[in-house]
Amino acid sequence: MTNDELKELVRKTLFDVAPDLEGEEIISDETFADQFDIDSMDFLNFVIGLHKATGVEIPEKDYAQVATLKTCVAYLESRMKP
Amino acid sequence: MSEFRMPALGADMEDGTLVEWLRAPGDTIHRGDIIAVVETVKGAIEIECFENGILDKIVVSPGATVAVGDVLAQIKEEGRTDVVAPEPRTKPISESPDRAVSILSPSIAAPSLPIAAMSLPPRRISPAARKRAQQLGLDIETVQVGPGGVIGLAEVAAAQHLPQPSTAETPQPVKRGFQPDGMRRAIGAAMARSKREIPHYYVSSTLDLSLFTAWLEDANTKRSTQDRLLYAAPLIKAVAVALRSEPALNGVYVKDNYQPSKNVHVGVATALRGGGLIAPAIHDADTLTPDEAMARLRELIPRVRAGRIRGSEMTDPTITLSILGEGTADSLHPVIYPPQVAIIGCGAMRERPWVVDGAITVRRVMTVTVAGDHRVSDGRSAARFLNRLDKILQEPQQL
Amino acid sequence: MTEIRTISYREAIREALREALLSDPRVFLMGEDVGRYGGAFACSKGLIDEFGEERIRDTPLAESGFTGAGIGAALGGMRPIVEVMTVNFSLLCIDQIVNNAATLRHMSGGQFSVPLVIRMATGAGHQLAAQHSHSLENWYAHVPGLRVVAPATVADARGMLRKALDDPDPVIMFEHTALYNAVGDLPTTSDLTVDINHAKVRRGGRDASIITYGGSLPKALEAANKLSGEGISCEVIDLRSLRPLDMETVLASVARTHRAVIVDEGWRTGSLAAEISAQIAERALYDLDAPVERVCSAEVPIPYARHLELAALPSVDGIAAAVKKALRQ
Repeated sequence: MTNDELKELVRKTLFDVAPDLEGEEIISDETFADQFDIDSMDFLNFVIGLHKATGVEIPEKDYAQVATLKTCVAYLESRMKP
Repeated sequence: MSEFRMPALGADMEDGTLVEWLRAPGDTIHRGDIIAVVETVKGAIEIECFENGILDKIVVSPGATVAVGDVLAQIKEEGRTDVVAPEPRTKPISESPDRAVSILSPSIAAPSLPIAAMSLPPRRISPAARKRAQQLGLDIETVQVGPGGVIGLAEVAAAQHLPQPSTAETPQPVKRGFQPDGMRRAIGAAMARSKREIPHYYVSSTLDLSLFTAWLEDANTKRSTQDRLLYAAPLIKAVAVALRSEPALNGVYVKDNYQPSKNVHVGVATALRGGGLIAPAIHDADTLTPDEAMARLRELIPRVRAGRIRGSEMTDPTITLSILGEGTADSLHPVIYPPQVAIIGCGAMRERPWVVDGAITVRRVMTVTVAGDHRVSDGRSAARFLNRLDKILQEPQQL
Repeated sequence: MTEIRTISYREAIREALREALLSDPRVFLMGEDVGRYGGAFACSKGLIDEFGEERIRDTPLAESGFTGAGIGAALGGMRPIVEVMTVNFSLLCIDQIVNNAATLRHMSGGQFSVPLVIRMATGAGHQLAAQHSHSLENWYAHVPGLRVVAPATVADARGMLRKALDDPDPVIMFEHTALYNAVGDLPTTSDLTVDINHAKVRRGGRDASIITYGGSLPKALEAANKLSGEGISCEVIDLRSLRPLDMETVLASVARTHRAVIVDEGWRTGSLAAEISAQIAERALYDLDAPVERVCSAEVPIPYARHLELAALPSVDGIAAAVKKALRQ
């Protein structure tokens, strides 16, 4: 999966969790929480969605690493099988 | 024959509009079945039936305005001999329609929902398709329409092979969009009334939750991603268990009378994106395991955020728990939702210097504040509750 | 060792008449032109020579009179077969049929029965214009006290008459004029009588049930054939008995296919198709994947001009289109 495709997947997963955000521009290095009023339930559903879509398990201690679009994509990319 | 009447679903609610019947005459219905959708100033609310029987005759058609207490339908009983009063439900905290029930539940709709309910095309579902979907355990409302705007057997067959949404069998009612201003006004009115009528007192404690969070982290490493617990889940249980021994904090106050509740139904304050707050009940929270509480939360929160709430979720809370959440503030002094008599507010978990065995160390702490109705309880009840809660949270494995 | 015989519908009727006359001395035939002329549709050709004037009786042009006489003969212990040339003319003796034949058992408290068989030709398609093209089977199927059958195949034309004669109560047998020339197979067993109580599935199918009777059966089968070329599998049911209706067969079929298309040459309004449709809605609603479709005659007096007549009557294309509509294709 290319970097762009991964970005798109992360966006889609986020919008699945919060459909009212559909169409919003995501600032790449601001946290989702800051931009969008995402709470812990949303975030958990987001993590679950990413796991389902990519197979990458994100343990709680790594949550900070997937808190922005940029770092999330990087995290997934490094852990996804080529 | 008994009458199914329009329940009171919130403070300042005199009437609503019946939007949709979800069951038809001749259908067998059970207590708890969602049988109609009513639109109120506070949003579209799914009304549950409060008895078992057969829906006999629909008295009010969709589109009609109904006042609280109006007969909506008649239900034939199936060989039941116990009397079913025309109350919305028979739990200890039932309100009869003619009582002024002031439930402060602000409007539900998330204002920025993309679904414009007004323009939803009519969905025609063939009888055979409905039957087949039922047999397959498919939610017919999630099936895509086919040619002619009809959901027939072919469409159900196609949907059978698609992954189903993980929510429970909640029928999707017709949604209506609401203005954020309306919701803000409703919340305002409710909170103003609460402050006007209820003499609040506040008691708070900062609890050391290091053990609790350690247990939670460990518990989560043993669970798959989708079974992970948010700390809110065991916390809800802990609060509910602690409340069992403080009846003065768990019940309803109506018409100068306090009724403590045998059950603990915790209203979980849920913020709606874009503004708005609602606190639907998790029933009998003291009897749930943390996993069960988490499952309930996972089903409830997204559904409520999508604008679908059940009547009993709005009317049944005996206490409300409001958790500010991560990165917010140290403490919260919440406002009681009548007819409840207390509310519990939790600040964010913080790392703070703490004294343990005479030495300073770093602990994860959370400030919990209880607001109580001084007509019913005083600071000592709240203090006892907080102590009990603390003890429970120090032994999280017992939850 | 059975050997299939292929004969025409007309021949089958004639054979059935002859067999009845031979086997039962109480049986006689009466009607306009049945004797010397050999029958308006040639169904009784040669019978007068074989059985004589007493048993093959030419009647005056007086339907009410000779139907009444038939009722009287039946009351008196005979087994008459009254031939009313067509259902159009039966309007002149409908009072006898509905008010006497159908009711005497009831009104006499069971003391009398009227074991009468009335044969009538019915239907349109020969440019006989408004007054001579009716399909009024549903009028008679409406009346308690009557049995109504509609043989649509050669085997049924051959086999239903005997059973109708055995019935102690009046039976009306409708023969669609378009069927007289149709040919079909008969086994050469000694007993060719057939059941007159049940419908028959003439063609099995999965996607839709086409329910019909009489002269519309060939059209339904042709439509089913055509549709099978497009991958649509139709079940075709021949009702055979119009009163009482064999709804069990119909409902079982609809339960399998989930779609019902009823083909009825009567006018749509108040048709037999409407009755069947209502019963399907009452008893099989939850099996339906689409509303019941009816293919009936247009709401006009049947036209004289050929192209208009064809346009007014149910057609193969119309039936196929109705099936597709039920399938939302």
